[in-house]
Amino acid sequence: MSVAVLRFGGSNCDRDAVRALADVGVDAELVWYKEGLPADVSGVVIPGGFSYGDYLRAGAMAAREPIVEEVRERAGEVPILGVCNGAQIGSEAGLTPGAFTVNRSARFQCEHVHLRVETTDTPFTAAFDAGDVISLPIAHGEGRFETESEAAYEELVAEDRVLFRYCDADGNVTDEANPNGSRGNVAGVVGEDRTTAVLMPHPERATLADLHAGTDGRGVLEGFA
Amino acid sequence: MTGYTATVTVRLKHGVLDPEAETTQRALERLGFELADLRAADRFEIDLSAEDEAAAEERAGEMAERLLANPTIHDFDVEVTERE
Repeated sequence: MSVAVLRFGGSNCDRDAVRALADVGVDAELVWYKEGLPADVSGVVIPGGFSYGDYLRAGAMAAREPIVEEVRERAGEVPILGVCNGAQIGSEAGLTPGAFTVNRSARFQCEHVHLRVETTDTPFTAAFDAGDVISLPIAHGEGRFETESEAAYEELVAEDRVLFRYCDADGNVTDEANPNGSRGNVAGVVGEDRTTAVLMPHPERATLADLHAGTDGRGVLEGFA
Repeated sequence: MTGYTATVTVRLKHGVLDPEAETTQRALERLGFELADLRAADRFEIDLSAEDEAAAEERAGEMAERLLANPTIHDFDVEVTERE
């Protein structure tokens, strides 16, 4: 039993995810998307990158691959996490609600952000306390979270399905602290099953202490332990 | 079977921010053009054969629903013309 880290053409955070998971004591293996999902996976990571060159919309092509249907069949049984391009794939596939689209700046942004923990009722945030402020890197051009309506957003909030919100160093959720214009400063959400989640920031890039990017990502990846 | 071209236009729903369109508008204004607003859209021209126009339109609409558009943020429309 190990965590499957999916690899599409253009994935580039796949090996980082395997290494970071190993560092928190989770056995993980790369799975080429054409091979299909192994039957005995204990979890799934859809990693970051630029699958299919971001053609059409980031994540749109990969989301329609058969392996994503296999992931959908396991939703609710094992923890599933989409990170960055994996988040775009997950939302395009409808594993989680909403969409990630072009940043407010219309630019690719690569920077460290602060995040306030919202719900702790998911495997990926259970290691934190609600209101904790953590720091993770982002690296995306299409990370602005949108919902189909304000009402759909309010329903997500009411159902306690927001993982993190972009905030300042003190935990204030402000427009200035919103790097990409996401609705409600939302950086990640969880599906109805509460074990399928997506987020734009990169926990795997803030897990190994010797990379000097902090280790706040460990708590997210511990959701697979 | 008849040859058709189905033109699928995918645009952001009204009210959804379009930073690329805003950037394009500002660039036009820097060139000295006067304009009130600018909206961008993606257009797909799909050549296909179908029994009739309605069948061509239905198939192109399914393509938009399943891939070309993201229903969370997009609206789309389909126009079908017979190919020469």
